[in-house]
Formats: sequence, C-alpha cells, structure tokens
Amino acid sequence: MGKVIVVTSGKGGVGKTTSTAALGAALASKGERVVVVDFDVGLRNLDLVMGAERRVVYDLINVIQGEAKLSQALIRDKRLETLFLLPASQTRDKDNLTPEGVERVISELRRVFDWVICDSPAGIESGATLAMRHADVAVVVTNPEVSSVRDSDRIIGLLDSKTVKAENGERMEKHLLLTRYDPNRAERGDMLKVDDVLEILSIPLIGIIPESMDVLRASNIGAPVTLADASSAPAQAYFDAARRLCGEPVPITVPGEKRSFLGKIFGRKAA
Amino acid sequence: MTKVLTDARSIRIKGRSFLAVVLSPDLPLDDWLARLDDLASRSAGFFLGRPVVLDVTDLEICKTDLKELLAAFVERNVAIMGIEGARPSLLGPGMPPALKGGKPVSGDAVAKEPIIEIRNMPAETQPAEPEPRQVLQSLVIREPIRSGQSVIFPEGDVTVIGSVASGAEVIAGGSVHIYGTLRGRAMAGSIGNINARIFCRKMEAELLAIDGVYKMAEDMAPGLRGKSVQLWLENDTIMAETLI
Repeated sequence: MGKVIVVTSGKGGVGKTTSTAALGAALASKGERVVVVDFDVGLRNLDLVMGAERRVVYDLINVIQGEAKLSQALIRDKRLETLFLLPASQTRDKDNLTPEGVERVISELRRVFDWVICDSPAGIESGATLAMRHADVAVVVTNPEVSSVRDSDRIIGLLDSKTVKAENGERMEKHLLLTRYDPNRAERGDMLKVDDVLEILSIPLIGIIPESMDVLRASNIGAPVTLADASSAPAQAYFDAARRLCGEPVPITVPGEKRSFLGKIFGRKAA
Repeated sequence: MTKVLTDARSIRIKGRSFLAVVLSPDLPLDDWLARLDDLASRSAGFFLGRPVVLDVTDLEICKTDLKELLAAFVERNVAIMGIEGARPSLLGPGMPPALKGGKPVSGDAVAKEPIIEIRNMPAETQPAEPEPRQVLQSLVIREPIRSGQSVIFPEGDVTVIGSVASGAEVIAGGSVHIYGTLRGRAMAGSIGNINARIFCRKMEAELLAIDGVYKMAEDMAPGLRGKSVQLWLENDTIMAETLI
C-alpha cells in the first residue's frame, strides 16, 4: 500500500504545484513508483509544470465519472519511467469531484503506486478538502510571510478535523515546507524568520526551498525543478525534503546561514 | 506593575438572552385575532411589557397583510419586538427586525400563563423549581488553536496548552489560560462574570474581552506585547500586569 501525500497551503501562489512536481520527480528518481494528482479542477497547472500538457486525453473527472479507466488517464513521464501524472480537467466544473469518486480513485492509486501526491487547489473549499481527505501525510507549503503563515495555520486546523484520519481519531502526519525563502531579505528582516514560522505553526520542518530563478526557468521549459537542473540550490533542497519524507534523517540547512556553524544547524529542530 | 490600558471609558457589549413570548398566528387572521382578544380579555395585561416575537414561518401571508396584522397588534397594545421566519421580501422599513436562531423553551422554564395555547381552561400555576447549583467546569486543550478555529465554553474555564493563532478565538464563561502565545482573541466571562481573568504566556492578542468589556490590540500598552500577562476587570476597565 502506497502513501498518500497532500500538498496544500490555503493561500495561492506559494508553490504547491512546483513542490508537488519537484517532490514527485525526486522520489521517482530514487526508483519509487510515484503518481502526482492534480486536484485543481478548472485551473490545472501541474500538467504544464510536468511538461505533459499536450498529452492529456482523459483526466481525473473522466475517471471519477466512469468515462475512462484509470490506466487511460495516467500519463507516464518521458524522463522518469516510474513517474506518472493524473491531470485535472480544465473544462469541467469542480462540482464533478465527488467524495465517493475521489475515494475510489485514491484507493486504486494507493494499490499501484508507492506515493500518491495530491496537488491541492488553493482555498478551503471542496476541492481543497477533497484533496486532503484521504491523505496519510500532509506537506504544508508556506512562504515566510504573515498571510501565508496564517492561511497555513487554517489549513492545519482543517487537516486535524476534516480528514478521514482525523475523523478516525488518528493524527495526521504534517510537515512544513518553507518555500521562496530569500536569504537576503531574511538578512534585512523583510521576511519572517524560520524560527518564527515554526513557532507559529508548530509542525516539523521538512525543508527550506530558496527563492531562485531556477524554479521559474524549470516551469517555463515544462520540467520539475529537480529534473531540469538537479544541481541547482532549489533542486537540492527538494531532494533533501524528499529524503526526509522517506524518513531519512537529513539535517536541515537554512539558506544563507554559514555552514561552519554545523552544531547550530544540526541542532535545528521543529518546535 | 499595574496599568490602566487607556483612560477612555470603554463601551460594554454583552450578550444576553431573554425569554420572549412567541405568537404564531394561523389563517384566517380574523379568527385568530378574535381568539387573541378572547385570551387578552381573560388575563388582562398579559402582553403588557413582555417581549413578543411574531413567528410567521408557517403563515402564508403577503406584505400588506403583514402590515395590517402588525397594526392590529398595535391596536391591542402588543409590542412586537421581532419577526421570526419571514422571507426578506416580506419585511420593510418601519417593521420589527427579523430574528432567527430562537430556541424553544421547556414548559417549566416559561412563565405561568398560557403562552400560545389559547384554551378556555385557566393555566395551572406552578412554582418554578430552583435551578440545581452548577458545578464549575473546565476545559483543557492540549493542542494549538489554529486560525479559524473557535473554542466556546460558557460552562467554565478554558486552558490551552499551546498557542492561539491569529484569527482563532477562545470564549470562556470563566477565565482563559493560554500556556503559549495568544495571537488571536480571548474572551473571558462571556456570559457575565466580572471575576474572570485572562492569562497568557506571551501576549500578542488581537482582541481581549472580560465580561463584555472589549479591548483591541492597538489600545493595549506596548510594554505588554510579547510578555507574560494577566488581565482582569476593575470598575469596567481592563487592567493588565506582567507576570513573573
């Protein structure tokens, strides 16, 4: 049985889709069987970031409505053969996303794949709650600024109340992925500090992705940043985050902080 | 160090519930009014000084008829304080406001007179039983209160072992204790308790209230921000001091 991860944030534009693609590709490059699922019905983007926009025939809604088989809708990545995409529908209404349909699709995917990564739409409406509903693990994507942090806090509240795990009285495993972290702005005090974000959200940190032109460049060529330039700083940070998702203890480094203070960095733990 | 937060006298906003008499007329209205007059003639002054709510949920009525009905109530000295169950289109300026969220009250809690039952029998008078003394309760929450969450516990104290996020609120009938940072709202003594207090380990609150006296973040002394603080009420003013 595979693990179902929801990549969520509440706020839009913080990097959910980028992170879904990057983490998916990072996991798949280790040989894991991965499917990335776009839940943003009507505003799909994951196909673009994955570079598969011209190969979409059937989508999630077709599968939910029984118009296509799951195997027909899944798109295999051209670069990694264990990486698949289940695209969202661009033309249908998101009301077609039914709780029963989502449950069926997720449980089918869980049987076939090691990792099912659900790219949640922004907001707290049905699309977002359905994307998180069957997750085992949540990756909460947050930018180091107040509105993003507060929205993430709201989402964490929903993860603890509106998911199947929460309703069964279990605890949802939640990880914080801090994206668009700009060391220069952090230096100037224009951004929330890592420790402040951790103190407010009080969930464990899984990675800090530096703000970088490499991310934009990668989406423009239609590749997850971890495949476009595996040696770039954001790609490295995503690879580390993926290893931590697998349970490997990888120390977290704050971009811009000097590596010589190893003790300080190794000692950094989420509140 | 004890501080009065501002000199200006604050405004009290309180929640309070009243027992209202609900009248649910039925058609035809003339018949119903005749029965009302009958009741009124037998227990004079029944509606005098009483809050009366008009329930039109099951009543097929147009705006003109409703106006006439309201006029009929005025004639009979029945003051209608609100209308329940009316479509917005029914109501207009000069009419009592729409009410919703009313709860039915069990028989013994209501007054002795018959309320809506209009029969020929005089109602039996029952002395109201004294309410059993309530045991003070407390609610302990071991997790942070997230933005958008709201903890409402009118029965007693609320203790949070964790922070209260910006956009979250804790409302307690008793005192509020936050073992973490208070970034959201805290309201103590929500149903009237001047002795309720608010305690928090780190004060970053958006809004505080004790027994209906409110205080916004910007009215608070800057010296309290980020400190361990307790707040209480003295002569309708919220007082605060740092702890430790």
